[in-house]
Amino acid sequence: MTVGFVMMAHAELDRAGHVARHLADHGCPVVIHVDRRSPNAAFFDLVDQVRDLRNVHFAQRIKCDWGTWSLVAASRSSAEMLLKIAPDISHVYLISGACLPIKPLDHLTGYLADHPDTDFIESVTIREVPWTQGGLSEERFTLTFPFAWKRQKKLFDIWVEAQRRTGRRRTTPKGIAPHMGSQWWCLTRKTIERILNDPERDICDRYFRQVWIPDESYYATTVRRHARAIENRSLTLSKFDFQGKPHLFYDDHLALLRQSGAFFARKIWPGARKLYGAFLGPASRSVAATGTPATEIDRIFARSIERRTRGRPGLLMAGRYPAEGFENHLTAAPYAVFHGFGDLFHGFPDWVSESLGSHAHGHIFAPEGVEFAEGRTGYAGCLSSSAVLRNHNPEGFLTNLVWNTRGEHQAFLFSGRDSQKICDFLARDPNAMIAAISGAWALPLLQSGQQIGEIRATAAQLQRREAAFLNRLRERRTRARVRIWTLAEFLENPTEPLQVVLDDLSVPGAQTLAKPPRLRPMDGIAGFLQELRNAGMNPHTAGAFSERRAAADPGSATPHQGAQKLS
Amino acid sequence: MGLRAAFRLRMERRRLQLRAARKRRELSTVANRTRVVRPGAILAFSTIRNEKPRLRYFLKYYRELGVDHFFFVDNGSDDGGAEYLAGEPDVSLWRTNADYRDSRFGADWTNWLKFRYAHSHWTLTLDPDEFLVYPFCDTRPLPALCNWLDQSGIRSFGTLLLDMYPRGPLSQLRYQDGQDPFELAPWFDPGNYIMTPNPKYGNLWIQGGPRARVYFEDEPEEAPSLNKIPLVRWDRKFTYVSSTHMLLPRGLNQVYDQRGGEKASGCLLHAKFLDSLIEKAAEEIERRQHFARGREYDAYHAKGQGQNGLWCDWSERLIGWRQLEVLGLMSKGNWA
Repeated sequence: MTVGFVMMAHAELDRAGHVARHLADHGCPVVIHVDRRSPNAAFFDLVDQVRDLRNVHFAQRIKCDWGTWSLVAASRSSAEMLLKIAPDISHVYLISGACLPIKPLDHLTGYLADHPDTDFIESVTIREVPWTQGGLSEERFTLTFPFAWKRQKKLFDIWVEAQRRTGRRRTTPKGIAPHMGSQWWCLTRKTIERILNDPERDICDRYFRQVWIPDESYYATTVRRHARAIENRSLTLSKFDFQGKPHLFYDDHLALLRQSGAFFARKIWPGARKLYGAFLGPASRSVAATGTPATEIDRIFARSIERRTRGRPGLLMAGRYPAEGFENHLTAAPYAVFHGFGDLFHGFPDWVSESLGSHAHGHIFAPEGVEFAEGRTGYAGCLSSSAVLRNHNPEGFLTNLVWNTRGEHQAFLFSGRDSQKICDFLARDPNAMIAAISGAWALPLLQSGQQIGEIRATAAQLQRREAAFLNRLRERRTRARVRIWTLAEFLENPTEPLQVVLDDLSVPGAQTLAKPPRLRPMDGIAGFLQELRNAGMNPHTAGAFSERRAAADPGSATPHQGAQKLS
Repeated sequence: MGLRAAFRLRMERRRLQLRAARKRRELSTVANRTRVVRPGAILAFSTIRNEKPRLRYFLKYYRELGVDHFFFVDNGSDDGGAEYLAGEPDVSLWRTNADYRDSRFGADWTNWLKFRYAHSHWTLTLDPDEFLVYPFCDTRPLPALCNWLDQSGIRSFGTLLLDMYPRGPLSQLRYQDGQDPFELAPWFDPGNYIMTPNPKYGNLWIQGGPRARVYFEDEPEEAPSLNKIPLVRWDRKFTYVSSTHMLLPRGLNQVYDQRGGEKASGCLLHAKFLDSLIEKAAEEIERRQHFARGREYDAYHAKGQGQNGLWCDWSERLIGWRQLEVLGLMSKGNWA
């Protein structure tokens, strides 16, 4: 009782020869099918290479086109030949020239001896197959495919489209329930013989000749008619990427392959000397066949597909620059923007870093330069504090800042005095938590002690910028989390915004406002706003002050004196 | 892209090709060993001028990666570098004393050589101070990368030009012939690169790094481009437009994913900031043969003599490609 191999080879024939020698040396008969399209010189080199091996044979060469019946025809005739020349084998294992045994062969023969009647083949009904690529799954069986996909791509596409438009469909013959699965199987002699001797084989052949990629469905379907016990998995480890191409294995996969529960792996990069040496060499270390799926391998390849299709959010680089709408978050991590808070509180960033554990910066978009935390002149990633560099690409600057500090929470101050080019970006970014107190710009003006006439224009500009930003934030397409209070609301209850910020940014209830930040003196603010009104400006973003506050702080002619006294 | 724009780009490509063909007259053969180039060989193209101390390590580095044949254009070296190259068995060498700037900084010459010799080969186009690093480059040589690119139907491989610098002024360094330059200049900026798409050619325009941070602080839009596409499966229809920043046809510049994913990409480690730069800057200011008339060299001359040079508190020291991958300066894409 042993296992025989059918090897389908078309390129890198010397590697195929190495594997064939390894199999034959361990007493397994091999039938190699070499694609008729491979150069004859390479074929004869391979024949020479294995000339001394009595149990390696070559099947009649057939011209193979990927995705067509020719592959089934080749593997089937090779299997037929193998059964004829090796009457003692109990199983037939189909491999490719780029497969590599990753377990000692006696493990495989032992395993098969334990399961003498089991057919190892992936065979899933077409509706349940999640891995078909390129939109053709059920249509593989209902359309016809007279053109070679690789060589006649245009004709192929036109023909498929024409059939879709005209609604042309084939009927599936009775008794055939299309199944699909990996084309690398290991079947029992009995099952193969039954498939070969099926009285309805002609009907089956006629049908599958027109099916797309029949090598993934012919055996998976026919085995359902004839097998006694199907174990629905392949003994060959093969991984496919997001385009349906097989992943290649390299030298650095050696440890992974050793862990795998499979007996063969495909595809191996032909230059992977270490792999070929390790698994074909005399010192091939034996690891018990566990039969359990190697989760580590699955995880690595799943992650690589994720990396290719979704990327790392918030990263812009030579290989990733998402078009608008495809960003999957503009930045790498949540961060907080405090609009107006810096005008109302002393040392607000300190309070933020203390209560929230954030890295709290000052006005990083200040016109004079970037106010990094702790007054640094540079920051993570070699960001410069130069305003010119920052303004050259403010969105890139913020993206970089958040990316470079992954794992830390960033917070910064913002106000109408800052460069406003970033506003739209902030509104579009779901990672931005924006807390704004509108009208807070009035306080520094009040405290500047200047005359209304001098600051009137500045006030109008600050308010205009603020209103534009807040309007942008209030738009329906805004994706940032936004909290807005007017200055009037804030003065009614100064602790509320702080508590909300704490709740938003930390575990709810975990933090109570133990130590509020120090409020700057507010005296005279209502009067100051009234004075702006009197000067012909409408400070609407500050909100409506209650009667009580307005009465307590009557719009005196010299509101600044109070502030000056305090300072 | 409209038909008119497509037509204009096609004309531009044709014009550049004709220009390269015309410039071939400026090249005289010193050593032509292209007969040994086998189908499927990986080729490297470079223009040099008085860079002898760098050449030995350059050849060693790329031979180990799996480059099969080197094509050099020597633009009037007088330091013996050309003689050294002419004696190497896997090097073909051409010589010219023509104007570097008129040849679009060597691009015309190498475009011609590629047209002539590189058709259907994987082709690297490099300056002698550029060292390609890509995912798994410590375990998978260039043929593995090129094979994977072929299988994936990818024709060009994008990189970030990563400026490497020493800690301290350049004048303290003594670069020895054949030495690994990154022993002296192992530092880089890990995260201050900005990018904007270039709608005309479809490439990404990347700026930043230490040169933008220190030399171009006041005029960042003038800072050098750091996007490079050095590895291309060449076809004689292709041509580089400006250095190796972009190519035509423009589809080759699409080395980045626009749907949120990451395409596999690498870094070109740039060993520019060595002691030889001081001399070079002085010479190039005389010669005015470089891009934008060598404004960069003016900047090197005027700045960067401080105690730490380009180094700052946030500079990172190079460990290997995995570090660059984690930092997001390159990506494995779906190569696993």
